[in-house]
Amino acid sequence: MAAPHAALQERLRALAPEVLGILCRRTKDFAAAEDAVQEALVAAAQHWAADGLPEQPRAWLVQVASRRLTDEVRMAIARRAREQTVVSLVPAEDQLALGADDDAAVDDDSLALLFMCCHPSLSPTSAIALTLRAVGGLTTVEIARAFLVPEATMAQRISRAKQSIRESGVPFERPDPQAFADRLGAVLHVLYLMFSEGYAASSGDAVVRTDLSGEAVRVTRLLHRLVPDEPEVAGLLALLLLTDARRAARTGPAGELVPLDQQDRARWDRQAIREGVALLDGALPKGRPGPYQLQAAVAALHDEAPSAAQTDWPQIVALYEVLRAQSDNPMVDLNHAIATAMVQGPAAGLALLDHLASDARLAGTHRLDAVRAHLLERAGDLPGAVALYRRAAGRTASTVERDYLLAMAARLNAPSAPGT
Amino acid sequence: MKYMLMMNTPGNGPYQIASWPHEDLVRHIQFMKSFARKLTAAGELVTAEGLSGPDQARRVRAGNDGKPITDGVFPEAKEFLAGYWIVQVDSAERAYQIAAEASAAPGKGGTPLNMPIEVREVMSEAPREWQE
Repeated sequence: MAAPHAALQERLRALAPEVLGILCRRTKDFAAAEDAVQEALVAAAQHWAADGLPEQPRAWLVQVASRRLTDEVRMAIARRAREQTVVSLVPAEDQLALGADDDAAVDDDSLALLFMCCHPSLSPTSAIALTLRAVGGLTTVEIARAFLVPEATMAQRISRAKQSIRESGVPFERPDPQAFADRLGAVLHVLYLMFSEGYAASSGDAVVRTDLSGEAVRVTRLLHRLVPDEPEVAGLLALLLLTDARRAARTGPAGELVPLDQQDRARWDRQAIREGVALLDGALPKGRPGPYQLQAAVAALHDEAPSAAQTDWPQIVALYEVLRAQSDNPMVDLNHAIATAMVQGPAAGLALLDHLASDARLAGTHRLDAVRAHLLERAGDLPGAVALYRRAAGRTASTVERDYLLAMAARLNAPSAPGT
Repeated sequence: MKYMLMMNTPGNGPYQIASWPHEDLVRHIQFMKSFARKLTAAGELVTAEGLSGPDQARRVRAGNDGKPITDGVFPEAKEFLAGYWIVQVDSAERAYQIAAEASAAPGKGGTPLNMPIEVREVMSEAPREWQE
């Protein structure tokens, strides 16, 4: 079978959560419904590529998936006479009865689906994989490629995730208002991690990798459409867009890492920046600034600055201070130290780092060393910077980052450079 | 047939590459990248990974209670596994050829490193009837 046309694929992926949502509502059996929808998507990719789109694509998919599900139920009943599942209590034919499926109901179902896939009882890795399949409409092969693991491994991971959803009895519904904020936080966290996973690996020989960052943006966009009044959802979408806007400039011709201050800003995606800023402008006045809106605000200041030197660093320091008050995250502290150094000079930044050195979460990681090396370099302590760049290089688990850090050390250590 | 090509580098603290001049380092990194691309294009690369430096390495054994006992750092080690390739090729000779190419990666001043690459065949799957 030829690979489906990109537009067709996009269409199918967008329909996937809607169809699955409808089936989940009818059958109450997420795992079985999910399998059926995957089969229907494969069938659609074949038929639609050959015969063109049906008049009502969603109804087509619902019908095909329901038929698969009905066959499954019949077979299960035939296999064992006793009825074990809720599904089997409903006559198979009744499950085919088509409900109204008005758009509002479909949206509710898509939202319920997302909450289910990002349930806190799942590990982040499982939640990401499950979300990509159930909400993103990706195949197991595509998800396996994204994580660079064998297909069988990913299939197993997804099936275990589905099993733990079944066992933990996570209901397929929008969480009640009391639990909503917490559960929404879990969803946002999963989407954030999905994006980071793709962003960290977005260089090098990434041709065959499924674009995880792009998928995270797509699903977050869906979530924003479903709950447009949640400022943190808009904040996350803004953050992802404003970060992703710099993607092309982030790596050099040989796949090497280019730090923010040296990036060619002409290569930043202006349209993504405009969209991110507009989202943020809509969210911030709601007066509930959470970590995603604040990080997006920092990203926006970078994206709108003509150069690193002309960036509004005092404003960035202020934003990091609000973030620090909200959450206890050493990465925020690190970024705060960097921004402080930009405003008050490297010595002030280094002093803040000294306080952080005792944080067990940072001790022994390459990040603290790398930041300190940067600041030492700016302070003129080149031997100290070289030593720390090298130590950081030995500690990072990212090849691209290691190469960058080694190159920084080697550059300072070059015979022509002063201080050797 | 699959072969694992293991790249060993001299031990004694962090990877020696860390002290190379900038241009040598860049040349070496570019060689490794284009080498991987070439193997991919030839359909011979299964996977390749670089490993973090010796300072991060730990040797782990289970204690009597089953909990991990870790050992390390190993600054004294003579040689260290820096990374590996798994290639799928038609003959051992081809695997040796690829290993030789990797061995000659440019080092300081662009001179070939001629570092030792250990080549081991990856055992194939058991015959069907042996499996469940």
